[in-house]
Amino acid sequence: MNVNLTVGCGLLFAFGATAADQLPRQKIQDEPDDGQWTMPAKNYSSTRFSTLTDINTGTVKNLKLAWTFSTGLTRGHEAAPLVVNNTMYIVTPWPNILFALDLTKPGAPVKWTYKPKPSASSQGVACCDVVNRGAAYFDGKIYYNTLDLHSVAIDAATGREVWNTALGDINKGESMTMAPIVAKGVVVVGNSGGEFGVRGWMAGLDAKNGKILWRAYATGPDKDVLIGPNFHPFYAADRSPDLGTKTWAGEAWKIGGGSGWSWISYDPELDLIYYGTSNPGPWNADQRPGDNKWTCTIFARRPESGEAVWAYQINPHDDHDYDGVNENILLDLTINGRPRKVLVHPDRNARMYVIDRATGEVISAETYAYQNTSEGVDLKTGRIKINAAKATGLKTVKDICPAPPGGKDWQPSAFSPRTGWLYVPHNNLCYEAQSVEANYIAGTPYVGQNVRMYAGPGGNRGEFSAWDPVAAKTVWSVKENFPAWSGAVVTAGDVVFYGTMDGWFRALDAKTGAKLWEFKVGSGIISQPVTYKGPDGKQYVAVLSGVGGWAGAIVAGMLNAADGTGALGFLNAMSDLPNYTTKGGMLYVFALP
Amino acid sequence: MFSLSHSVALTLISTGLCCTAADLRTFRVCADPNNLPFSNEAGQGLENKLAQIVAHDLSVNLQYVWFAERRGFLRHSLDVGLCDAVLGVPIDVEGALVTRPYYRSTYVTVTKPELKIASLYDSRLRNLRIGLHMIGDDYVPPGHLLAAEGLAGQIVGYSLYGAYGQADPPARLIDAVANGQVDVAIVWGPFGGYFAKKASIPLAVEPVSPTRFRMVPFTYSIGVAVRKGDVALQSAIQQVLDKECPAVRALLKEYAFPSPEEEEATPCGTSSLAVISSH
Repeated sequence: MNVNLTVGCGLLFAFGATAADQLPRQKIQDEPDDGQWTMPAKNYSSTRFSTLTDINTGTVKNLKLAWTFSTGLTRGHEAAPLVVNNTMYIVTPWPNILFALDLTKPGAPVKWTYKPKPSASSQGVACCDVVNRGAAYFDGKIYYNTLDLHSVAIDAATGREVWNTALGDINKGESMTMAPIVAKGVVVVGNSGGEFGVRGWMAGLDAKNGKILWRAYATGPDKDVLIGPNFHPFYAADRSPDLGTKTWAGEAWKIGGGSGWSWISYDPELDLIYYGTSNPGPWNADQRPGDNKWTCTIFARRPESGEAVWAYQINPHDDHDYDGVNENILLDLTINGRPRKVLVHPDRNARMYVIDRATGEVISAETYAYQNTSEGVDLKTGRIKINAAKATGLKTVKDICPAPPGGKDWQPSAFSPRTGWLYVPHNNLCYEAQSVEANYIAGTPYVGQNVRMYAGPGGNRGEFSAWDPVAAKTVWSVKENFPAWSGAVVTAGDVVFYGTMDGWFRALDAKTGAKLWEFKVGSGIISQPVTYKGPDGKQYVAVLSGVGGWAGAIVAGMLNAADGTGALGFLNAMSDLPNYTTKGGMLYVFALP
Repeated sequence: MFSLSHSVALTLISTGLCCTAADLRTFRVCADPNNLPFSNEAGQGLENKLAQIVAHDLSVNLQYVWFAERRGFLRHSLDVGLCDAVLGVPIDVEGALVTRPYYRSTYVTVTKPELKIASLYDSRLRNLRIGLHMIGDDYVPPGHLLAAEGLAGQIVGYSLYGAYGQADPPARLIDAVANGQVDVAIVWGPFGGYFAKKASIPLAVEPVSPTRFRMVPFTYSIGVAVRKGDVALQSAIQQVLDKECPAVRALLKEYAFPSPEEEEATPCGTSSLAVISSH
């Protein structure tokens, strides 16, 4: 039942604004929405748009807490709950427990619990990032990844493990934190660990048995990247053979990064999956001359074979840790009078890329957050124009914006076909790169780059904005004290939900940005809210609280606020977070009385 | 726990009481269980032996807290009170209080004897495969000089963390010299000295010159780290290090930790190590 649910999202909406409304309201041609939530981004287009309307601009003020559930864990909770067949599924941070909650019974008791057996690695091996971004449902099974690089398929009814495939070894610095997508019966998953010198990959597994069908590396010769005769990138710079080795010095591509640790979208009509790759290593860009392909790149691939159809490198020779992994929202827009099938990608570099998803042509790339590292994108060559004054290296460079977490990080946006706008939770952070400080790991002294992050212009560290992808500009924006590190969800009731790191779960008017409702949860929110129709026919809104992750490491990881360079320099910007929130994973579910 | 021991130490000092850490019954050391020549779970590393000496002289029980020494190690272990001390830490590291150095070492080259390279400006490097440890996604300090010399393409990166399931992952780089995967390894001295000595074939170990590139030093002074503010313990450990200097020197020799070439080892009984260690 769930395959059909998500097919056809590429045709999300057509044209035809009504004069009755001031807003460019679009006619919805979305698939019928049965009120379930079967994948983190709601649908293959990754719009996080729900057609449910009970909770709307008029009623949301009456929203009340319905029930809660504690995960019993204290690290960062980033996942979206799934709702399928009156059951809610929650994946926790490490040790990656899967809870099934029975929504048909009062208080939604636990139906079953699946506990993977993560490999026993020593304390500290995966010290820095133990989050998980969620699961996907397909054909009676729940699919997700464990931190120690297993993809698992769990029978959604019973909690029985159907298959379990090992994809790598956490003892080599790799891990997995992303949520899979299931397209054409293929479970697509990718690795994390760019900061450990790993080589990034994306892999396709047979949903039936977990067999690895393909693995596409982000660096290396074309045969490893799955670039073949059907690869037709839009820009000439991406067309020569073996750029995954030739844009690197020597064998540096073997440890070049480019992991696929975040979102994947799918267009069933074009039969293409879309995802971005992470930044290159080593961090010091002087040590890796060249464009470092295919890091910081958006790939379009066939889900069944993994074959690359086009690629576009957003940040060649990335200098600021601007991973290209952020969400790609698939929309059909009319731009300059012409219908275009696009993907919209809010990049870490603070530019909102609108790209023709059939060809890889960049249509626009305007800034959605304050930045000074680039001067624009040359639409003829596709190449970003870098501000050389902000290049780092063996020197101190001040006032670089945005900071490494970017204009925004992985926290996913939502799109409403009713307003035609994207709802973007994002950051307002700048940084200073200091090149030297004696450092120490495993008995080995070295000198690393010191990064100190701080709030950008205005002093607020976060923002929640509505963005018009056709006009390529911000419509309204709400300032947040902390980085807006949760995902967004928007509904046909014209309400948009998101959470804050200091623990406020908020509903805004999608048209105006006016705050309509808020609730203070126990711990900061860095997860992805969802909304669904319960067995009683009522609309519910659910969100996990539990601060942590990169931004919230100071609370969940109990780091020392006096050392601003902790969490790769993020602590300097977050030292007051412990005054606002404490750790603890708890699900909150809201409904109208 | 953390704040309690903190305040005890500070109280001792402020009231002028003795500060021999006599209240310490158990000396808890955070150490990597798989990282020779420094430490391993079997107690075979130089830092294992040194920890035994310190515990013995302070008349306390030695207790290890095994913890993989990855990025954030000090923050996740010493800082949060998992242990009282970490051995083998650069004296100017931020975020900890460190004793005066008990040794100084340098990055070295490891080659087959017929090659023998000391200068990082040696023109032969242009045609060689140069193995370098990567710490996370950072090359070790000589990588900065090599990149500036246009030698980035010669570098072959080896993860310092390596395949943690195997014994002593950093040793893979010295193995690579012995088996010809790389022509030269540029590596932190203790790894070079210790593993070259254990290698299947004779290997040459040379301290690198120059000793720094711009603001990046290639030589470092190493001490014992305690939590910031734990002055009593720092002082107690310092007294042991001073008293046991000859024993420590013997250990450094046994484990073949190279000294920077231009420096004479300071005689035990003087405290001038602290002077020469500043950089």
